[in-house]
Amino acid sequence: MDAHHEDLSFIRKYIFSTDHKIIGIQFLFASLAFLVLGGVLAIMLRWQLGFPGQELPGLGVVAPKFYNSLVTMHGTFMVFFAVMPLLVGVYANYLIPLKIGAPDMAFPRLNMLSFWMFIQSGIVMTASLFVEGGAAGAGWTAYAPLSAVPQYTGASLGQQLWIISIVLFGASSLLGSVNYITTVINMRAPGMTLFRMPLSIWALFITAIIALLAIPIIAAAVIMLFFDITLGTTFFLPADGGQPLLWQHLFWFFGHPEVYILILPAMGIISDIIANGSRKPVFGYHSMVLAIIAIAFLGWITWGHHMFQSGMNPLLGTSFMISTMAIAIPSAIKVFNWLGTMWRGNIRFHTPMLWAIGFVSLFTVGGLSGIFMASNTVDIFIHDTYFIVAHIHYVLFGGSLMAIFAAIYFWFPKMFGRMMNDTWGKIHFALTFIFYNLTFFPMHILGMAGHMRRIYDPTQYEFLQPYQPMNKFITISAILLFVAQLPFIANFFWSLFRGRKAELNPWQDNGLEWTVPSPPPHGNFAVTPTVYRGPYEFSSPGAEADFLPQDARPVDSGR
Amino acid sequence: MDWLPGAASSYAADMDRIFYVILAITGLIFVGVQVALVYFMIKYRGRAGRRAFYIEGSTKAEVVWTVIPAVIIIGIAVASQTVWSEVKDPDRFPTDALEMNVEARQFAWAFTYPGADGELGTEDDHISYNQMYVPVNRPVLFNLTSVDVVHSFFVPAFRIKQDAVPGLNLRAWFGVRRAMRSGARSDEGEDHRPSGRRVQWLGCGAGLKSRSEEIGSDLEGKDVYSCSGGRIVGGRAPRRFELHP
Repeated sequence: MDAHHEDLSFIRKYIFSTDHKIIGIQFLFASLAFLVLGGVLAIMLRWQLGFPGQELPGLGVVAPKFYNSLVTMHGTFMVFFAVMPLLVGVYANYLIPLKIGAPDMAFPRLNMLSFWMFIQSGIVMTASLFVEGGAAGAGWTAYAPLSAVPQYTGASLGQQLWIISIVLFGASSLLGSVNYITTVINMRAPGMTLFRMPLSIWALFITAIIALLAIPIIAAAVIMLFFDITLGTTFFLPADGGQPLLWQHLFWFFGHPEVYILILPAMGIISDIIANGSRKPVFGYHSMVLAIIAIAFLGWITWGHHMFQSGMNPLLGTSFMISTMAIAIPSAIKVFNWLGTMWRGNIRFHTPMLWAIGFVSLFTVGGLSGIFMASNTVDIFIHDTYFIVAHIHYVLFGGSLMAIFAAIYFWFPKMFGRMMNDTWGKIHFALTFIFYNLTFFPMHILGMAGHMRRIYDPTQYEFLQPYQPMNKFITISAILLFVAQLPFIANFFWSLFRGRKAELNPWQDNGLEWTVPSPPPHGNFAVTPTVYRGPYEFSSPGAEADFLPQDARPVDSGR
Repeated sequence: MDWLPGAASSYAADMDRIFYVILAITGLIFVGVQVALVYFMIKYRGRAGRRAFYIEGSTKAEVVWTVIPAVIIIGIAVASQTVWSEVKDPDRFPTDALEMNVEARQFAWAFTYPGADGELGTEDDHISYNQMYVPVNRPVLFNLTSVDVVHSFFVPAFRIKQDAVPGLNLRAWFGVRRAMRSGARSDEGEDHRPSGRRVQWLGCGAGLKSRSEEIGSDLEGKDVYSCSGGRIVGGRAPRRFELHP
């Protein structure tokens, strides 16, 4: 333990750090930068859809090939370099040891390696934007043979760098997962039983297990794809008996669990914040845990719903419909239990709570629209349309990103010892909520009209021409949604240096992380805490205040 | 109000019905959840001196909101399966259908029709590029292939979507809706002429902008519905046809 208190050089302390908190913060800065990049790419591709053929100010007309790269790289950066690291890289790292009462991760050096492999991966992916032939253009799903034969997209080196970056990313993610799982299993403080862990930690724990099992599949698949491109193998090319559908099976066998990697931690974080904001225990804690596990399990047997129209045996379509529909049940339990948590609460509308309520509102839309595409019959029409684009953005932006903002506002004082400005946080929320819905809700209507996703110029299609004003509207809303993030960026950096100093427990929360100074010292806890109760003892009849920290010694010997 | 485009195939109405049923159910749940959220935010807003009601959960409530969604999704799944097998089950493809080949490539669709001998793969086959014509009084069965990448064969008005995958010969079918055949008002809002004729054809550009129209000689001058960019209009088959090299 003493080793933690030695004086470290600046480089060891802030750059090549093995402290989980510094690594979490490093992930935060890096992935926020990628979030901005992903947003810029989104605006550029939206420009082409709203104003096809018109010059993008300062950059000229978006060419078809460049458009394909924009679509591909927007998806890639957002999924792998923004949402996933913002949830897992940042909060698994930052919160797991603090919330379970551990001094650090089980493997601090692997943790450092995990971050630096993520950075390498990000550099390779970013570099691929500037190589000859352009960035990968086969979509973030990289369907073969489109991705496997350079002539089909015109991108060769770009696609190869995409693959290398994904492999590096996978290695980073695996190192992280091993760490999170080991830490949760082995390093919980005395009294911190599994069923006293906050739901955020449960979700991050289960997510790490999913990632550990899913990442090797995508790694194997992209390496096979790499061989197809560079060595002349034909795993995914029909010429010598290869099978394009194999890629789709491999990709989605990874890809669907990946979707839950992107949402489960958000659900966990939101559960913590809604309980705090409502000043009530999470309604049905045990079923919330079981729902996380059920979703994680079902996520493994639903990948075929991405392939209803792929030519897969229609009988498989039936079984995948049933398993997919089944996910509605644990998802419904979660939404109703969040409502149950707010019911008869004493709700504090602090900024994180607003984002959490926004999450419930928008995730509900994304969850319900999922039922349409879970129906194999309805999917015949809406597959590959903007209905799907609307759905995924309601889940991953309206869901995951809302939770990420909630988490940033909630744990900022813990990370940096200062509060973010609450008023500007609320303005940020209101603007984002409004422009978010104006951007993504109309996409459902486009999808219902048959508007295909990933098309370059909707005005080429006669039947879509009446919808062009809507496409324009969406583009303008998307630009405003982007602008609405500026108050956040300003607030973030201003608060970093000038924000009000945070008191020890600014949200009057029960988590162990609020029992130590902000930011916590290396090693976290001066004395290993002892845990006496679950994480959500708000307004407990057994306490005078409306919160009861997990490590507060019981007054009597009960409970 | 119709949110979906005009339904022109024999099974389109069945598919649309499931869509609207799901829309009604999810719409109801959507409104319920949002209203509850707003109501709770107002009713249970924090006030000094008030204390939240301490409750850890309710098994009864949780059973209710587990069982109800389960029943709903079972209903949706059963209804979906009926139409799904009608559309996709190869054992249930129509036997009296006109068989045609559809070949996708970057960037063209080739539609091959049997000639007078009624057989595909013979010398009198007709090929139409980027403009699809289908008979009004017979279902059509497609053999879908691709020469390069995966393409999506999608004609919104017929509610048909099937990937064309290189190396695979995938089959799909649809029939033109009866109401279209009898010359009823089409869903695009245009009048079609009554079908007194023996053969009527409906053309559609498979979601691609049409570039040229070619069609077999036996259709020359006959009544057709031609369609481009997914929009169906009545008309006559072109008098002349050319084959691309």
